[in-house]
Amino acid sequence: MTHFDAATAAVEAALAAGARYADARAMERRDESMTARNGTVTALLENEDAGIGVRALVGSSWGYYAMPDLTPRAARAAGERAAEIAAASGSVPGPAVDLVPVEAQVGSWSSRCDEDPLAVPLSEKGDLLTSVTETAHRAGADVANAVYQVWAATTWLVSSAGHRIEQRVSKSGAGMSATAIGPDETQRRSYPSVRGQYGTRGWELVRELDLPANAERIAEESRALLTAPLCPAGETTLILGGDQMMMQIHESVGHAIELDRILGWEAAMAGTSWLDLRKLGSLRYGSELMNIVIDPTIEGALGSFGYDDEGTPAQRRDAVRDGIWVGVLAGRDSAAVAGLDYGGSVRADGWARIPMVRMTNVGLEPGPHSTEEIIGSTDDGVYMETNRSWSIDDKRLNFQFGCEIGWEVKNGKRGRMIRNPTYTGIGPTFWQSMDMLSRDVVAYGTPNCGKGQPGQVGHTGHPAAPARFQNVRVGVRA
Amino acid sequence: MNVVDNLAARALELAKAELGPAAEIEVLAERERAALTRFANSYIHQNVADESARVTLRVHHDGRTAAANTSRVDDGGLRALATRVAAAARLLPADRLWPGLAPPASATGHGPVDQATAEATPAERAERVKAFVTAADGLAAAGYCGTTHVESAFANSAGHHLAGAYTEAAFDGVARATAGSTPADGVSRFASSRIGDIDGAALGTRAAGKARSSVDAAYLPPGEYEVVLEPEAVADLLAVLGMYCFNGKMFVEHQTYAKPGEAQFDPVLSIVDDPSAAGRPFDSEGTPKRPLDLVRDGVTTAVTHSRRTAAEAGAESTGHASLGSDVWGPIGTHLTIDAASDGAQSPAADVAAMVEGVQRGLLVTDIWYTRVLDPRPLIMTGLTRNGVWLIENGEVAGPVRNLRFTQGYPQALGPGRVLGIGRCAVTQPTHGFGYQSYRAPALRLASWRFTGGAEG
Repeated sequence: MTHFDAATAAVEAALAAGARYADARAMERRDESMTARNGTVTALLENEDAGIGVRALVGSSWGYYAMPDLTPRAARAAGERAAEIAAASGSVPGPAVDLVPVEAQVGSWSSRCDEDPLAVPLSEKGDLLTSVTETAHRAGADVANAVYQVWAATTWLVSSAGHRIEQRVSKSGAGMSATAIGPDETQRRSYPSVRGQYGTRGWELVRELDLPANAERIAEESRALLTAPLCPAGETTLILGGDQMMMQIHESVGHAIELDRILGWEAAMAGTSWLDLRKLGSLRYGSELMNIVIDPTIEGALGSFGYDDEGTPAQRRDAVRDGIWVGVLAGRDSAAVAGLDYGGSVRADGWARIPMVRMTNVGLEPGPHSTEEIIGSTDDGVYMETNRSWSIDDKRLNFQFGCEIGWEVKNGKRGRMIRNPTYTGIGPTFWQSMDMLSRDVVAYGTPNCGKGQPGQVGHTGHPAAPARFQNVRVGVRA
Repeated sequence: MNVVDNLAARALELAKAELGPAAEIEVLAERERAALTRFANSYIHQNVADESARVTLRVHHDGRTAAANTSRVDDGGLRALATRVAAAARLLPADRLWPGLAPPASATGHGPVDQATAEATPAERAERVKAFVTAADGLAAAGYCGTTHVESAFANSAGHHLAGAYTEAAFDGVARATAGSTPADGVSRFASSRIGDIDGAALGTRAAGKARSSVDAAYLPPGEYEVVLEPEAVADLLAVLGMYCFNGKMFVEHQTYAKPGEAQFDPVLSIVDDPSAAGRPFDSEGTPKRPLDLVRDGVTTAVTHSRRTAAEAGAESTGHASLGSDVWGPIGTHLTIDAASDGAQSPAADVAAMVEGVQRGLLVTDIWYTRVLDPRPLIMTGLTRNGVWLIENGEVAGPVRNLRFTQGYPQALGPGRVLGIGRCAVTQPTHGFGYQSYRAPALRLASWRFTGGAEG
């Protein structure tokens, strides 16, 4: 059964109520998550919902309305309300709104899913989480947590410009952490990354992670961290593991190249961007090793899709080439304002939320080095892995990250473990200091990117690899 | 019975039929109408509204616990929900920590419901936005005006039933003055159960005034500074304390700073989680919410519990269960600092009085993107935002550029560190994410550790 009829009714109603453009997404979703702690399942929550969200453009003002009802009658009501809201927006008007042209798309797309995550028995999933947390707890973790999350959604998009698209996307992922509690502080180790690893894949992704093989190791590392020496304070050579590079890319590149931020549309909450559109194509963002690509076509990566939520087909695009800033994440209206000719990065957190500019998969192309070469060629520095805290200013310029674990690097070898590693810097200065980049790229997935008002949670992918940076301030502490 | 009551009762009836009399069953039904009018560059660029209905069913059967929810609230949808949860409960590993259902108890009151807020139109929200933009008087304005109406009903198989409703209206706006390459922002925020309380013009005037006084900010070296924090910044302290310090799950895991019975804070400080001003009057397990002292005269007195964490701690639930509390912990979402409440009309007067007492320090309007480095000592990093000024000899000497800080929040509020508490507390919305609000006065603190400039 499809819900094209409901989406079509909503669009027609919005047009009849005065909209000059409208689109509607009818949607059915299911998701499921389970958590366990120290050998016991602590939560299982399954969600099921369905509804329709309608976007209407009246004059140059937008309105959006969503209802949890897929009957044509409700859809028509939602379309009318969207147009009514758009008309109210016109009382505080802005510049003329145009949409960059996109050929009307009629098609369908499904993510690859070898093993339906919702068909895997809960008993098997529960056994996996309880066994790994029990193992980690016995191996020294005071608090061992594990989680999996799976999502399945089907969307029917219709627009007044002729789009008619059906998309089915399945996503899966899992992760675990071990926390050791000391007298005055806590130490945590996570696997395979902070919060886990996620992708537009089936349960096969979770099997490939092999959580059981890593439960004991992270527990032992968390306990060892309690008595490890503190990260030294000062400027040094910094090597970041791939899972921390994922966060570095997300926060200091991905958000900075969002066109809505650059245009000031997020000024009150998420913030703006240090990037100036007049310098697109000429600004040096990083060293020549820095090649960042926006690519929603990567099979299995968490930010992949066939079409974005405006119906623009997925397309690979450079964001930074040889260190020069050359591209942005854009939507059809923001691109028109900026004088660009492409959208393709507009996504919504379900049917009840308005589509907005979001990251898809934003990540690094492989570098020329191996991870071993990077460490082997470093005389004196610090190696850090796995994010523990992240903070960045509202222009996406000044960041401070904490990692779960670090090691001294001396004379080309990884040495003593160090605790509470932190580093801080300014985006372009930091990226310009990148002098080595590994070819060992992994497409990390992060399922918790917050943006927008009302708040939306986005799922983004970040191909990332270990890299080395020079003259970085480390060891910031209270 | 209204629609939501009926939904809860029907879902409970169908679940009983599916699971039999031995199952312990609880149902939370909610209907929400939410709308948010968002503006940037001084015009409305996003304007959204939605209706939602949701039934959440949790069952404990044969030693196993499962929960699910659905937006399909007709009989077919509710039957499918019951079948799904029953099947899940049969397959899961045993739940050794099941705390049992909440016993019958009455709520102490209803959340505030304002009909005008429940029925607010896009035009009424736009009017307030227009007033803010007009008052900004040529400065670029951005923010939102939002309204929410929520109706809830809870029922469980132990014979417990509660119903409630509330409304919320919120405004968050910044005005931006630009001189040279560094914009200067001013902010004002306000939340209430009544849209009639939101004065867009007054909020715009305040934001614009602060923005203009932030132009040409100077660089200041990082270091330890005495600070006066305005209510916007204090709201972040309260949110973080609620999330990490008084979180009952983290408490039973020995990951919190809170040690009930110990004098961990300055004796002038009392912190209360007071849900009476906003939100649903009971939690997702059906435990009625009541004002809860977390700190009284500097002594930590309680942490927030769900039934599950309370059972682990050997305590009583404080009514802080939520759909995510088995994962994230039960979190106080309406913290307030006891203010003197002697009739003071505005936090601006509080701030002016506090500034007079500072020889050298910083006046900070807002802090932003705060993240925890370690939850146990509760060391946070973040940045100033929307205005920071140097104070010299009891006067505001001039604006300074944003700074990054790395600071233990409890240490900043520790014995001898709180030099002043404002008399007027303001309810702050939380960036449009809903369900939380913090009623904050201004605070004067002996020191705050700034660890870098925000722009290098």
